[in-house]
Amino acid sequence: MYLRLNSDELAIQDIFRSFFESECSIERVRTSQHTGFDTEAWERLIETGAPGMCLPEHIGGGGAPLTTGAIVADLVGEFVAPLPFIEHLVASRLLASLTPDHDLMPALISGEKIASLALQPTEDDQAKLVPGGAIADAVIACKGNDLVLASGDDSVSLLRNTADLPLAHRSLNGAETIASGGAAVERFSRARSEWQALMAVALTGLGRKAVDIGVAYAKERYQFGVLIGSFQGLQHGFASAITGVDGSHFLSNRAVSALENDSDLGERLAGMAFLFASEAALDASAASLQYHGGYGFAEEYDIQLYYRRAKGWPLQFGDPGVEYQRIANLCLPSGKVA
Amino acid sequence: MDWSFPPEAEEFRTEVRAFINEHLTDDVISSTHEGTIHNWDFHKKIADRGWLGGAVPSELGGGGKSALEMAVMIEELQLAGAPIDGMGVAIVVASVVLELGNDHLKETIVPKLLSGETLVSFGYTEPDSGSDVAAAQTRAVKDGEEWVINGQKMWTTMAHIADYVLLLTRTNTDVPKHKGLTFFIVPLETSGIEIQPVHTMGTERSNATFYDEVRIGDEWRIGDIDGGWEIMKAALKYERGIAGGQFPSPPLIDAFIEHAQKTERPDRSSIIDDPVVRERLVRSLIDVEVCRGFAYNTAFLASEGVMFGVEGSMTKLFASESYKKHSKWFLDMAGTEGLLYLGEEGAPVGGVIDEHFRHAPVTTIYGGTSEISRNLIAEGLLGLPRTR
Repeated sequence: MYLRLNSDELAIQDIFRSFFESECSIERVRTSQHTGFDTEAWERLIETGAPGMCLPEHIGGGGAPLTTGAIVADLVGEFVAPLPFIEHLVASRLLASLTPDHDLMPALISGEKIASLALQPTEDDQAKLVPGGAIADAVIACKGNDLVLASGDDSVSLLRNTADLPLAHRSLNGAETIASGGAAVERFSRARSEWQALMAVALTGLGRKAVDIGVAYAKERYQFGVLIGSFQGLQHGFASAITGVDGSHFLSNRAVSALENDSDLGERLAGMAFLFASEAALDASAASLQYHGGYGFAEEYDIQLYYRRAKGWPLQFGDPGVEYQRIANLCLPSGKVA
Repeated sequence: MDWSFPPEAEEFRTEVRAFINEHLTDDVISSTHEGTIHNWDFHKKIADRGWLGGAVPSELGGGGKSALEMAVMIEELQLAGAPIDGMGVAIVVASVVLELGNDHLKETIVPKLLSGETLVSFGYTEPDSGSDVAAAQTRAVKDGEEWVINGQKMWTTMAHIADYVLLLTRTNTDVPKHKGLTFFIVPLETSGIEIQPVHTMGTERSNATFYDEVRIGDEWRIGDIDGGWEIMKAALKYERGIAGGQFPSPPLIDAFIEHAQKTERPDRSSIIDDPVVRERLVRSLIDVEVCRGFAYNTAFLASEGVMFGVEGSMTKLFASESYKKHSKWFLDMAGTEGLLYLGEEGAPVGGVIDEHFRHAPVTTIYGGTSEISRNLIAEGLLGLPRTR
């Protein structure tokens, strides 16, 4: 048992922290609000090897475990980075597990081309509101018993949204079928779990930073002649918020480890971590926003960026109420009455 | 991160589970329903396995169970709903005495504690000092070779079955409050001590203890005169991870699932099939997994020899607050029948849901209130200014 990053992982974290500090400053996040994507930052990310880091070595990937991807995902959250790192990582791993010889694979490993996956059920040959759908070169969707890959759609248009995400519908007309059958659908489900677990880690990073922003503000803002950080009303709100965020830190990293180790608990822990982290991140950013007073909802202040993403990022998966029912079916018995 | 326990801890988990299967009978669990939260037979069986002594740190002469093995034991006992308050007390007091006590205390008390024959009640809180524990006013005054003690303690739980009380007293009123405290381990049979029951909403019986011209020798003092705060810190140190409180909800969740699975609503639908019920159960199970993350983190820190503080407050805060929320949900979802007491006809799963509802508020108060926990997190982790 070792519940901290080891020395190799700390070194990786240092490298990527420098990357995000220089390429995903809050100014850059603001500049890319209308596209939800920072092209230049992605170009730099390609140079780090991150897009292919968690792909198998024998096809040219970095061969790193999912836990290494989680180190980067945490920073994606902390910096609210406008980069489709998680979608790309998960979708490329899915394609690599199904058709490692696919023509697109080399460009996905390098990051020259961006992949994503449709998290919503598909209907009428369309994948709705695909994460990164406005910028992805390739989108993998599950259509009944088939996994299809849609690429090269020029008619994609971004739909403006709460969290400045590059969301778009994607047509599945003419999409290539890459795999079919129960095992393929299982793989897709596994990819969804990986997305959930990494998103839970990212939301943890986001929540932690949201608390930091609020606490820093509370240490410089005076009202009634004292620092507002000296009021217990704020202190207790911050304490509850960081407790939720720390809880989601341990649960989400445990979920990533469980998936990496192919544990039987992987799927349910990923769903649980995702649901918990979603609420913890929103609670944390809502508390921090509240303690900013009026500045909290002013565009000029950063906390509103976190608040909007804390809700928007996880909602790409769909109504959490539906996800609670899915997890219930994994964990709970049903009644004896027909 | 590596979330796996070492093989010896997993083997120990198997052993503890087998022990629970054999010895944690329904009779043991229901024995605590009469108010006394301790079961001597069960406690003695734990002691006979050597697990009380095993939990005492090996540098103090304990039996060398690792921090991770202890975490496994405490987790399993809590998941099963075993009465472990006495176990925590025995381990904590034995550890404190072995580290800081005199030979008399080591010889008189420690063997009996670790063999499961005696208990010590904690005498910290007073009518006018709860969270502000260092404001204790119970006086101890030296009279020749003896100490004379006068005062009153609240929440001396288990004092009516214990042989001793770990008593926090004031020996100096001319210095800041933390610097004028002295601890004693006082035999409860000493003349001048009166124990009165304090019955609680949660069915547990606690006690108020009164000290009227109680005379004891200096051999019963532990730690330096006016050095009591060091003993308090040591007790808190050994309490971490041992005192439990990380997994209050699982016995309630298990009981509710049993009830919901076999119980129909008036429209003949099964309670467990209700989507609202299912969402709340999943939320509760998620909270338990969060508790597991916190508990394993503190076990990991202990195994690395790290003295943790805020992490323990966070664990306790989250576990007790979520438990209180669960107990409210499950009582609602058990319907009006959920209100029925233990043993009443028609009470769901024998009435334990109501029992949890009445017990849960105890857990957000004792051992440090949620408000004190939040203060400690705000100050210790977030660096916000101290407000007390």
